Amino acid sequence: MTDASQSGAHHRGSLLTVDARTRKRNAAEARFRYYGMAAILTGVAFLVVLAVSIVRSGLPAFTTMAVEVEFTLTAEQYADAEGQLFKTRAYEGYFNAAFEQQLQDRNVQAGFDPEAVNRIIGNTGATLRSFFLENEDLLGQPVTFNLPTSSRIDGYFKGRLLRENVTDSRFLEVSDLDLADELAEAGIIQSKFNWTFITGKDSGVDNPGGAGIGASVIGSFFMMLVVLFLSLPIGVAASIYLEEFAPKNRITDLIEVNISNLAAVPSIVFGILGLAVFIQFAHLPQSAPLVGGLVLTLMTLPTIIISTRASLKSVPPSIRDAALGVGASKMQAVFHHVLPLAMPGILTGTIIGLAQALGETAPLLLIGMVGFVAREYPDGLISGFMDPNSAMPAQIYTWAARSDGAFYEKAWGGIIILLVFLLAMNIIAILLRRRFERRW
Amino acid sequence: MYDAPNPATEVGQQDIKITAKDVQVYYADTHAIKNVNVDIVDRAVTAFIGPSGCGKSTFLRCINRMNDTIDICRVEGDIRIDGDDIYDKRVDPVQLRAKVGMVFQKPNPFPKSIYDNVAYGPRIHGLAKNKADLDIIVERALRRAAIWDEVKDRLTAPGTGLSGGQQQRLCIARAIATEPEVLLMDEPCSALDPIATAQVEELIDELRRDYTVVIVTHSMQQAARVSQKTAFFHLGDLVEYGDTEQIFTNPKDERTERYVTGRIG
Repeated sequence: MTDASQSGAHHRGSLLTVDARTRKRNAAEARFRYYGMAAILTGVAFLVVLAVSIVRSGLPAFTTMAVEVEFTLTAEQYADAEGQLFKTRAYEGYFNAAFEQQLQDRNVQAGFDPEAVNRIIGNTGATLRSFFLENEDLLGQPVTFNLPTSSRIDGYFKGRLLRENVTDSRFLEVSDLDLADELAEAGIIQSKFNWTFITGKDSGVDNPGGAGIGASVIGSFFMMLVVLFLSLPIGVAASIYLEEFAPKNRITDLIEVNISNLAAVPSIVFGILGLAVFIQFAHLPQSAPLVGGLVLTLMTLPTIIISTRASLKSVPPSIRDAALGVGASKMQAVFHHVLPLAMPGILTGTIIGLAQALGETAPLLLIGMVGFVAREYPDGLISGFMDPNSAMPAQIYTWAARSDGAFYEKAWGGIIILLVFLLAMNIIAILLRRRFERRW
Repeated sequence: MYDAPNPATEVGQQDIKITAKDVQVYYADTHAIKNVNVDIVDRAVTAFIGPSGCGKSTFLRCINRMNDTIDICRVEGDIRIDGDDIYDKRVDPVQLRAKVGMVFQKPNPFPKSIYDNVAYGPRIHGLAKNKADLDIIVERALRRAAIWDEVKDRLTAPGTGLSGGQQQRLCIARAIATEPEVLLMDEPCSALDPIATAQVEELIDELRRDYTVVIVTHSMQQAARVSQKTAFFHLGDLVEYGDTEQIFTNPKDERTERYVTGRIG
């Protein structure tokens, strides 16, 4: 359109040389790319540090130093021990005799001291007695026992406790370490996988070796059952109503804003609400997974509602029109067409909400699920919901608060188990999304 | 180009299927449809033409009450199908939509199999007593939509995997599977290529034998090709309504003339 005579004024120079403005723009873009990479690298670095420190501090919790002893109790000895007043002491006597004999057979040089053995592997009598009471048929046969060492000996072998820091006390004497070293050399003290840590219950503050996370995993499991069966139907029903049926007016706007606000409310607020409503007003039992689940349901609902509404919204309106156009009722349109298409998003949101709830500690502080709670396995469904129990993150918190270094190690180990569960849930979410995803 | 069948003899003394009287539609404060009066003839194709935003689609969606789904939309006046006021309190929109089928601008098959797409309507309305019945209904609908031969070997394949034109004919099959009396089509060919358009137009001409067809279109040629009656909308007013031939060859209103000759719109 321009005049030929004017074209000289619009001459922009050769395309082969980059002009100053373009160069500046390109430099800005390159700079921004470096900032972005730096940000990502920082994040990755933190993640690596976190993962390494968790694994390094937590892995020792999965092993335990145990004394492996073969021990035979004859029927006569059994009858004799059961006939005595101090029964466990009698068992201990038989055990010590057998143990001393074995040490001599294996040429362990250190002098045998029943007191030292007691300090290394604790009171063996009770363990042996309860074993033989349950397994009378094994009397007279050699049975291999793996007796965990005391947490101090355990810590000595794992490097938690240094020889120069040990002073003689009724728990441990320096000479015990020599015996322990020799036992280890003879292969009698060995590192074993610590099943007790995974399947066990919480133990008292003076017995870190026997503490396990199993009971609190069960507690978390029952809480998650409550959360799943309450928050999924309530959350999905609320979202469907708000998204598909509710009139758009000031009241629904207000509800919408407040659901978003609830998602940002600190979890401890939900905890104190649960304390006031469920325990003080409704008189539900304290420390019960049922109450924990109810509190976490309150906390998870906004997450589920928000993600469900987002996935309902992402279903194209043409699908609703199509269904309504052939004479489907609104409910049929939603349940036959919209909901199935929104399902992957809803399930992902739910699982992420559950994962959040699984890792939540603060509300559990207020309803009494923290402390020395997870000391019993529930014996049945009702007991699982109603009897005092702890939950994984609360158990970790409890251990971290205890003074013994062995508990500190357990806390890290507990974090590994918690992360394994969270990872599993996220993988399930990804798989479900893949499985149900449909294109249109 | 204006090769529509002669409307004078074709439509003649036929019955009136839909009557609209003093219809007003408001979107919140916007007056989208002003005072529309129209009688739509049974077993004929009526085309709504007009520039974008003139209200033709809005009026179409009043006929099966799809506007109910829009919160801010308000309809006043009187629309009757076979003498029944469809905005009467006793009328259930679901029942109405079974009687007045709709085909949309963009082909929108359900992300299900071809068979399920067509069978969905009959299923929810309980039109089939058993599977064999349903098979018959599905086949008949697909045959009438002139797509049977193309899909009969892959009824279980997803409807979304068809080409655009096939999808639209599938949607038409889905709409007629519920045995409606009126078929509303909202720019059914706007997303299709010329060949698919020709196929759908041919189909519309076929459907005229059994249904009252109302079609909204942007293409005046299409209106001329497929319809017997044409209504011209402009800025929410129904400017002129009459036999298609008359609208295109001898419009009474100046605005109609300017539109059909391409000077406005």
